[in-house]
Amino acid sequence: MASRARPLNLPATALAALLLALVAAPLAAVALRGAGLSFGSADWAAVRFTLLQATLSALLSTLLAIPVARALARRRFPGRGALIVLMGAPFLLPAVVAVLGLLAIFGRTGLLNAGLQTLGLPAISIYGLQGVLLAHVFLNLPLAVRMILQGWLTIPAERIRLAQSLGFGPAEISHHLERPMLREVLPGVALVILIICLTSFAVVLTLGGGPRATTIELAIYQAVRFDFDLSRAAGLAGLQVAICAVAALAAWAIVRPAAFGAGLDRATALPAPGGWRCGADALALSAATLFLLLPLLAVVLRGLPGLTDLPASVLPAAGRSILVALASATLATVAALTLALAAAARPSALVEGAATLPLATSGLVLGTGLFLIVQPFTPPMTVALPVTILVNTALTLPYLYRILLPETRALQVDYGRLADSLSMSGWPRLRWLVLPRLARPIGFGAGVAAALSMGDLGVITLFAGERQATLPLVVQQLTGAYRIEAAASAALILVTLSFALFWACDAGGRRAAA
Amino acid sequence: MLQLDQLTLTQDDFHLTADWSAGLGSRIALMGPSGAGKSTLLSAIAGFFAPTGGAIRWQGRDLRDTPPGDRPVTILFQDQNLFPHLTVAQNLGLGLRPDLRLTAEDNARIDGALDRTGLAGLGPRRPAQLSGGQASRAALARALLRARPILLLDEPFAALGPALRQEMLALVREVADATGALVLMVTHDPEDARALGGQLAFIADGIVQPPADTTSLLADPPPALRAYLGPK
Amino acid sequence: MKTTLLAAGLATIALPALAETLVLTVLTYDSFTSEWGPGPAVEAAFEATCACDLQFVPAGDGAALLARIQLEGAASEADIVLGLDTSLTAAAAATGLFAPHGITATTALPVAFEDPLFLPFDWGWFAFVHDRTRLAEAPKSFEALAASDLKIVIQDPRSSTPGLGLLLWVKAAYGDRAAEVWAALADNIVTVTPGWSEAYGLFLEGEADMVLSYTTSPAYHLIVESDDNKAAALFDEGQYLQIEVAGKLAATDQPALADQFLAFMLTDAFQAAIPQTNWMYPAVTPAAGLPEGFDTFRPAKSLLLSPEEAQAVRDVALAEWQAALAR
Repeated sequence: MASRARPLNLPATALAALLLALVAAPLAAVALRGAGLSFGSADWAAVRFTLLQATLSALLSTLLAIPVARALARRRFPGRGALIVLMGAPFLLPAVVAVLGLLAIFGRTGLLNAGLQTLGLPAISIYGLQGVLLAHVFLNLPLAVRMILQGWLTIPAERIRLAQSLGFGPAEISHHLERPMLREVLPGVALVILIICLTSFAVVLTLGGGPRATTIELAIYQAVRFDFDLSRAAGLAGLQVAICAVAALAAWAIVRPAAFGAGLDRATALPAPGGWRCGADALALSAATLFLLLPLLAVVLRGLPGLTDLPASVLPAAGRSILVALASATLATVAALTLALAAAARPSALVEGAATLPLATSGLVLGTGLFLIVQPFTPPMTVALPVTILVNTALTLPYLYRILLPETRALQVDYGRLADSLSMSGWPRLRWLVLPRLARPIGFGAGVAAALSMGDLGVITLFAGERQATLPLVVQQLTGAYRIEAAASAALILVTLSFALFWACDAGGRRAAA
Repeated sequence: MLQLDQLTLTQDDFHLTADWSAGLGSRIALMGPSGAGKSTLLSAIAGFFAPTGGAIRWQGRDLRDTPPGDRPVTILFQDQNLFPHLTVAQNLGLGLRPDLRLTAEDNARIDGALDRTGLAGLGPRRPAQLSGGQASRAALARALLRARPILLLDEPFAALGPALRQEMLALVREVADATGALVLMVTHDPEDARALGGQLAFIADGIVQPPADTTSLLADPPPALRAYLGPK
Repeated sequence: MKTTLLAAGLATIALPALAETLVLTVLTYDSFTSEWGPGPAVEAAFEATCACDLQFVPAGDGAALLARIQLEGAASEADIVLGLDTSLTAAAAATGLFAPHGITATTALPVAFEDPLFLPFDWGWFAFVHDRTRLAEAPKSFEALAASDLKIVIQDPRSSTPGLGLLLWVKAAYGDRAAEVWAALADNIVTVTPGWSEAYGLFLEGEADMVLSYTTSPAYHLIVESDDNKAAALFDEGQYLQIEVAGKLAATDQPALADQFLAFMLTDAFQAAIPQTNWMYPAVTPAAGLPEGFDTFRPAKSLLLSPEEAQAVRDVALAEWQAALAR
């Protein structure tokens, strides 16, 4: 049924415009400093490799996540809740820490090759495209599993009971309940991962194995740092944003809302089929658990020995990081919810673009551009933390938006008219409808935003003064000073804090939803 | 007086026109084949569907720019009339104050409405803990509290058994009596139309016929309505 | 609770109080200013003599410094830039942002170095470092390395100064044969990392037999960890030098103080801090001499392209490197 055409609300429009400006202004500032623009064949090779690795990473992560999410959705076993939370951890790892964890398992002297050697099998190499994909799946599988699991949770209990009463077997349930949901959820999941991988830098550079694995982001880095060719940097960054825009539009065009009615809040599990499917689920869960948790365990084991003699500066740095993370997560949550509510009421290309593009901006160009904008007015280091918070807000908002949108849309379809007919708008609608109904995804999303802000080096490297180091910066400084063991311990603290922030938000959301 | 003034509703290939009016206290059953546009008409009156021509007037005022919540209307949907995360009392409270800042007096009125609809003591429950009949009663109790002059019923009792449905219709009459409201009710069952009393408006072929007395209309139906009702 | 948190937040964001004292701003790389770098000792020593406030502004690594100064131009807050190396100084000089230092210094550099704009503060030889428990005998040349099955990890010349140094090293040693050498080395290279710390981390994790670092790296392990198993491989071609320099910005509002800092830079108070914080050779050997381990790996031959040569060959060298490794 068609709804009344309503104009996009003013705060959402203003917010979307602000976000687009935040993407465009630094790009323009960088471009204005350069002159002339030409791409060479090396640049196009970088574009090709970037698309290749990002597409493969997105497809692999999304496809592999489906059996894991389904197993989690339809099986009940002791420790399931803890497993779901724990499996989310790799996504929250700073890339450099994650790479070292992966190396402990898949590296030349890692667990896997040690095992292969004992069996007399040839060693495998993690360096090259395969290593990039492995790391990207490791980092992004948790996000995919969580987003798809959320989709499974939105299948109403009534529908599941209907399916059961109709004597649906697993195949029919898959056809009538799961596939429509997956069709709604998967494009968004794949898109977010694609875009994350488009701008991936440290992973590609460390595991890529050499210059054949040059991404656009690295080409931008080279343009700024090696050639000081700002116009080329801006051109490449613009190209990156354009690719992302195309991907976002494509996903926007194929995402269809699944036509589920709303259900009452009864806890009804999906039927858990027996037979080979039981074995398959067990296999999916144990494989994913091993794959995701072994490298994590390696990170913990590496970090433990040095914990006792960590430098004192870790403490204030951790405090600053927590402050930045909480501020960014709060701002990003408010902004993402505003945009998701507006988009759920009325599909809008403006909102969709504003909520997706920040993810595709090169961190280096964003930082450099903001630096150029800020510098005439104040020494950049005086605004290091506010700028970091602003950038983290913009960069984490797309995740939050993707997490909130499907459920906000479902909420609008199911209860929008009832709320409208009861004059529930503004704060009362937020207080009595949106917040209680969306508490779970809001908590999860805020947790993701907080953890990502915590682990992100972002623009702080360009802006920070000597007394403003955040925890990731301290980790980097320790590594740069040969203190690998201390760095591993500081990284462990960083990971633990990120994880704690995530857990607090996620658990808070789930409690509020209960 | 609700006035459907040369009202035209259009959606893709579908057109519906209506040109009649009804006064306070009228009880009108809307009948017609599936897809004839019964729900669309209610949606338009409730403010969820913009007319492409003509006007919907209440007491002479065009409702075109009035948002759903500000219309003189209470609507009961086919389902999802209650928010599952709020208690029954809170769901009723929304009918008084959308921000749920309820005074002691408001709470007393909620208790009164629960009493009148046979839900005494069920205020603290969640909708999931109610039976289907109880959920319908709760929605009607909120309509009682809102006391809007127009009550739109979009087959809210379709899922209930005959005895329960008769009970609900009795309750609708009671609520309508108490609030003096104009009732527009979508139904498929001529028995429900008779039980509501009053008039019947038949919808077919893109036209909402002006309402006429239910008893006489059903006694001697015109050909289209006869075809819809089928052989006795 | 909320207000305390907010106050704490504001306190961290707030500007350092504006004082009457003169402020000298030194733009330098990150690891110089960190708690474990020379920064804290240098700051304390200089502030004891100058009645001023010495402030370090950290900006990534050496390559980032140049990008930063080009970004800021004459509007820079900085008075001194400290931490460029000779592969970058030609580009830095071309910006026209630097002023002559006017100091004639006697340094302990293994080669003659004279530059009117840039004054060296430390130096070191690039070298492949290995662990003797895993690799007893290291190859003695690039060609021997290329012929071996050994795995090495190097840094990307586009994002790291050691990576760029290696590029110039091969070029200085082999000239037109550089492409050939890279092609032969390609199968020895496990991976190329963005910076020194990632590469060194991979090496310590056992991911490679050797890592591109400095001849002084084993001294760190010896002194701090009492581990004498790390060694630097000395190549017959010679080791390429990295000379780290500082320069005064022409637009400084504290020219006298900047001159005073550059002079101070070559005194004992500054130089003595270098070996065990930056793990490089001090430009002027301090009175107390060098710590143990600094004489263990001294190459017979030093290689260094002049800043102009380095600037001239780097694009060609990069293209050769990319072509060889892209296969």
